[in-house]
Amino acid sequence: MRQSKDKNKKKNIDKPGKFKSHKDLPPMAVSLLPTSINKTGCWRALTPVIDYDKCISCMLCWKFCPEICITPEDKPKIILEYCKGCGICAYECPKKAIQMKNK
Amino acid sequence: MKLVITGNHAAAYGAKLAKPEVISAYPITPQTEIVEKLAVMVADNEFKSEFIKVESEHSAMAACIGAEAAGSRAFTATSSQGLALMHEMLHWAANARLPIVMVNVNRAMAPPWTIWADQTDSLAQRDTGWLQFYCENNQEILDTVIQAYKISEAVSLPSMILLDAFFLSHTSEPVEIPDQELVDKFLPKFNPEYKLDINSPKAFGGLVTQEWYYELRYKIQQSMQESKKLICDVGQEYRRAFGRGYGLIEEYGTANADILIVTSGSMVATTKDVIDEVGKKRKLGLVKIRSFRPFPNEEIKRVAKGVKKLIVIDRNISFGNEGIFFTETKAALAGLKNRPEVYGFVAGLGGREVTDEDILKIVDIVSSGEAEEFNWFGLK
Amino acid sequence: MIEVKFYGRGGQGAVVASIILANAAFKEGKYVQAFPFYGIERRGAPVAAYTRIDTKPIRARGQIHSPGIVVVLDPYLVEMLDVAQGLKPKGTIILNTDKDPSSFDFGKRFNFFTCDATSIAVKYKLGSNTAPIVNTTILGAFAKATGLVKLESIIKAMPEKVSLMVENNVSAAKEAFNATIKG
Repeated sequence: MRQSKDKNKKKNIDKPGKFKSHKDLPPMAVSLLPTSINKTGCWRALTPVIDYDKCISCMLCWKFCPEICITPEDKPKIILEYCKGCGICAYECPKKAIQMKNK
Repeated sequence: MKLVITGNHAAAYGAKLAKPEVISAYPITPQTEIVEKLAVMVADNEFKSEFIKVESEHSAMAACIGAEAAGSRAFTATSSQGLALMHEMLHWAANARLPIVMVNVNRAMAPPWTIWADQTDSLAQRDTGWLQFYCENNQEILDTVIQAYKISEAVSLPSMILLDAFFLSHTSEPVEIPDQELVDKFLPKFNPEYKLDINSPKAFGGLVTQEWYYELRYKIQQSMQESKKLICDVGQEYRRAFGRGYGLIEEYGTANADILIVTSGSMVATTKDVIDEVGKKRKLGLVKIRSFRPFPNEEIKRVAKGVKKLIVIDRNISFGNEGIFFTETKAALAGLKNRPEVYGFVAGLGGREVTDEDILKIVDIVSSGEAEEFNWFGLK
Repeated sequence: MIEVKFYGRGGQGAVVASIILANAAFKEGKYVQAFPFYGIERRGAPVAAYTRIDTKPIRARGQIHSPGIVVVLDPYLVEMLDVAQGLKPKGTIILNTDKDPSSFDFGKRFNFFTCDATSIAVKYKLGSNTAPIVNTTILGAFAKATGLVKLESIIKAMPEKVSLMVENNVSAAKEAFNATIKG
């Protein structure tokens, strides 16, 4: 099971936001930073591992990944910072080159 | 039989007891459990109903319209975005005089994306010709679904039953489930005078010019007016049959009160606790508005007599004006000599909690003379 | 009025635990209310569920900010959150853990109880080995630690929310009742 990177930081479920008053808010709900700051990798229970001996670079894993966190380089690479461990890549791989593992 | 169930399940049990022949709905948080429960009940043969899966809320209402037009009792449920999507059909249902009963879980409108309690969704539909009942707790939800069919089918107008998202929809509490036989006695079979019938073919909804459109609309208004007495009569009949009575409003601790809090939905329960604690000491009472359409103008005039101040708390807002119950309450009192001062507070939009401390703070703001006529409570 | 807060991870059954407890107290003639943390949940994310128990009808609505009792279904949550946040002074905290109570500091401020509900749940095949469902088990510990509801009431309330392997759930709760350690 993954350990929280910051073991000393205690978080509450309902964490207060950074704005102080309605005057600080933009007129509509909008993210003030790109959503790439939300590193969802910590959501994973299982981690996909690619066996590159079996991989044929068909890129089906990249096509199916709902998080778009597989890079279609020469061989696919999973960006673990974002991977939520859904297992779709492992399911779709025609060569069964991806295994979901407890990491 | 008493069960500890959520507001959503209470709605499902209420619908089941009314035996709708057609159920058609589309899922949306926080309504989903209503229809899921009904689907399980139908699949388990607890009652017979034609369950039509549709692709959107607009279609869900259209399916109910078709069913009721053919003389079948229909039921549906939705919330916020879904209710908004069926807006066109809401007008249709009422104008076609079809007594559909729908449960709407009051959820705030997006954006921003939200799932929490807010009445703006249903109040934005107040002009569609639907009766609207705002429920205080899960028991009332079940009881009102059953009563709504009786009232709607008598006046040929559809009814909306409202419950606050999560505060009621997802909160489990003890609810008495009435016996089916008693409900069958209370609620006769749906038998409309006019319906799609191949043995007596008619055309519905055809073109009407300026010659008679106006009068057709007047008839709807008349039926709405008639429903006021009927809501009370049916409420009393329900008390005789099941032990729990209902009306257009409910007064709580209003005898000798100088200040009345006027509110609706789950906030009523919280306010009742406040009245129990400090009501006598501070001469504070509560008026719960249960029926928003038809609006209980006469009752509001009656309870306002001799009272110094009214405080209306709205979990909703009509942009460009005020809280909606506030505006309508003030309007009801407009013709009254010696009117009380009426103050409006918006609170709890988007599901923000309104606690007993908050309600006391609102009363303090009014008592101290700091209140404007219309206020946003607890704004950061 | 007694207010109980359950902490779990989405899918572990914290919400069902809150409802079984409510049903158990209801069978003993109490007034009850149970509800989940009002939010969107996903498997594995921390969730909270609440139960209110009183001798008179409960009108209060909304989240419980100062519970008198906290039940933690997943030991990992202690590292992620301050599970004692808002817990009344001298309140009770019941933690699912196989560690010795002395490895936590809850015992200094609260009535602290532990129970290795995970091992018991795995023993009775509740859920899977990697994702055991400890909700009914921990309720056995709850009955022992608080004495608020009888173990028999918890057992009687189970069939309403538990449809599979009811006997295993009952045995797990009984074993947890006897395996609850005061810290």
